[in-house]
Amino acid sequence: MKAAEAIVKFLVEEGVDTVFGYPGGYIVHVYEALRKSDIRHILVRQESAAAHSANGYARVSGKTGVCIATSGPGATNLITGVATAYMDSIPLVVLTGQVPSSMIGRDVFQEADIKGATESFTKHNYLVRDAKDLPRIFREAFHIASTGRPGPVLIDLPHDIQAADIPYSYPETVHISGYKPTVKGHEGQIKRALKAIAESERPLILAGGGVNLARAHTELLYFSEKSGIPVVHTLMGKGAFPSNHPHYVGMIGTHGFSYANEAVSMADLVVFIGARIADRTAGGTQILPENMRIVHIDVDPAEIGKIVGTNIPIVGDLRVILKQMNEKIKKKDTSAWLETLRAMKTEETYETGRLVNPKKAIRILSGKLSDTAIMVADVGQNQFWAARHFEDLPGRKFMASGGMGTMGYGIPAAVGAKIAAPDRQVVAVCGDGGFQMSMFELGTIAANEIDLKIVLFNNSHLGMVREIQNRVFGQNSHTALDKNPDFVMLAKAYGISGVRVEKDEDLKSAFDQALSHKGPFLVECVVDPDESTL
Amino acid sequence: MSVNNRHVLSVLVENQAGVLSRVSGLFSRRGYNIDSLSVGVTEDPAISRMTIVVRGDSYILEQIKKQLNKLIDVIKVIELDKDRSVFRELMLIKVNARENTRASIIEIVDIFRASVVDVSSETLTVEMTGDEDKIEAFIDLMKPYGIREIVRTGLTALERGSKEIQSYKKYGEED
Ligand SMILES: Cc1ncc(C[n+]2csc(CCOP(=O)(O)OP(=O)(O)O)c2C)c(N)n1
Repeated sequence: MKAAEAIVKFLVEEGVDTVFGYPGGYIVHVYEALRKSDIRHILVRQESAAAHSANGYARVSGKTGVCIATSGPGATNLITGVATAYMDSIPLVVLTGQVPSSMIGRDVFQEADIKGATESFTKHNYLVRDAKDLPRIFREAFHIASTGRPGPVLIDLPHDIQAADIPYSYPETVHISGYKPTVKGHEGQIKRALKAIAESERPLILAGGGVNLARAHTELLYFSEKSGIPVVHTLMGKGAFPSNHPHYVGMIGTHGFSYANEAVSMADLVVFIGARIADRTAGGTQILPENMRIVHIDVDPAEIGKIVGTNIPIVGDLRVILKQMNEKIKKKDTSAWLETLRAMKTEETYETGRLVNPKKAIRILSGKLSDTAIMVADVGQNQFWAARHFEDLPGRKFMASGGMGTMGYGIPAAVGAKIAAPDRQVVAVCGDGGFQMSMFELGTIAANEIDLKIVLFNNSHLGMVREIQNRVFGQNSHTALDKNPDFVMLAKAYGISGVRVEKDEDLKSAFDQALSHKGPFLVECVVDPDESTL
Repeated sequence: MSVNNRHVLSVLVENQAGVLSRVSGLFSRRGYNIDSLSVGVTEDPAISRMTIVVRGDSYILEQIKKQLNKLIDVIKVIELDKDRSVFRELMLIKVNARENTRASIIEIVDIFRASVVDVSSETLTVEMTGDEDKIEAFIDLMKPYGIREIVRTGLTALERGSKEIQSYKKYGEED
């Protein structure tokens, strides 16, 4: 069988029904095989969007996302998307075309060493040297991407390899001697953790993105309810625990809520669950007091002890470990501690100004969205307006590029999300800067009739950078997006409807219109550039 | 071994293209200091073994081991204790040697159980193996004669006794 056809068959074997990509000369054999298959191919308008869409698709579907690009510029355009997926532990299999094997290393047309270039931000990568290795490599790639701590795996496919003739086979099992991720938590460590929890007076759960990745929501809810322990979460852990639950405290981090950060500093024991305690979360670990006891549960042993010292590490799949713990955890009387935390919580007030208050806009939208809605934020002020004011009801989902903070992530990731879950409402929130980093995807949205809603907060500036400049230097520069286009008219050019909102009082009707509209819709909200993030 | 915070790691890796770059890249990327790295194939041709001498405190060492273990091509990482292991390095050294100094150089070479592998009218080239102390001591003794060139393989090491690296648990695995 022609190798390219075998490759497409491997994808089918792996349950892939949708791929995101952009063709070119050195990937044409794979594309020819795709043409003859039932796999849906979404033609993006720039390769970075293929990786972001596959990322959004993976996060919503729970499957491994697949994206494809040609050699050279196609492959290098993918890089930002691959790095973004790596930082947020998103399972992707990334296929790139490569120049013919005999020409590799000679700087021929459209040659780029994508394996070397992506070494530090792929979980693993391959340059296929022998077509006979393809079945093993594909089997391994999907296994590596989706197990343990998930991440992107890249397979570089030289042109001649795609055209080679190989006997078709697909291995049932994988054997990689150096890769055996731990699944079950160590019983002794779990016992120690439970004892430490029992001894603590003010225990706190800190949930991270790992809970969302491991889909351990039910187990976490049970763990908190059975033990009585309240929950804070990171940006990536948003949605790990329902925000309408009495044990819910809030989001921590440099852009989190001060009462949630304060809760961490008041706790005498914190159970980190799938949180890598990045610098933006722990603010240089200042919020973690010296004498605090830390139980750290993570699938990646390298995350434990990297940023903060840990007393009790537990390595394994969060869902499995939480199940193990749930069997033995005892109810604690945390009523006084919960009461203290409840009293610290401040209610948000939303003022109305000259232009749209973006925080209020998100809160109004959140109130109108369904119980299964997905919100995808871009990067900048808009990201935190969204993260702070979108309510995590059970069944909802919030996504953002947390580790990399990649502008232009929101719209293509929302495309992937909508394709993965056509029946759920999907909203992309972005700024005028980030929108223009991915606005070419309006083409993909229009062509594929992707029914997603875009909320664009237009402050005519790179708002978050401007805010930092003002704070640090007392003045700002190079952040004004002068002569922004008429975004609503731009959407219209693609046949996408939209409205511009300049006052809070028009928000409700604009969102009603957007949500009842069949098909993609843009709501542009005009925002004062001096609006603060927090 | 932790003199000056130096540690000797023995690392089993898949014998595949790109492994060396992945491992060395990890060190430079994460700012870990590496004194030497030597690599060669093992009794199993599909597996290579690296000996890496690194510098760092216990936190850095822990991080290095964990990050190495994360690489898919890395099969096992162990730290070798100086007292329970054999450390060896091979050095070739070319020193000035004239009629009047040749004999005394050869005397030192004999004491060190090194061997002369090449002679010219102006130089002697000596091959020697030994642990680091021995090699450094030899270099010191050669200095007065005038060292022309030195090439060293970097440390290679094996644990004493009958235990094999494969019988160690993978790092992070607990009993
Ligand atoms: C690709 C990329 N380039 C630059 C940055 C740095 N950066 C972070 S936030 C920001 C401003 C974003 O402006 P905008 O998209 O308009 O959103 P706002 O902050 O105004 O909501 C910039 C430039 C980034 N995160 N990503």
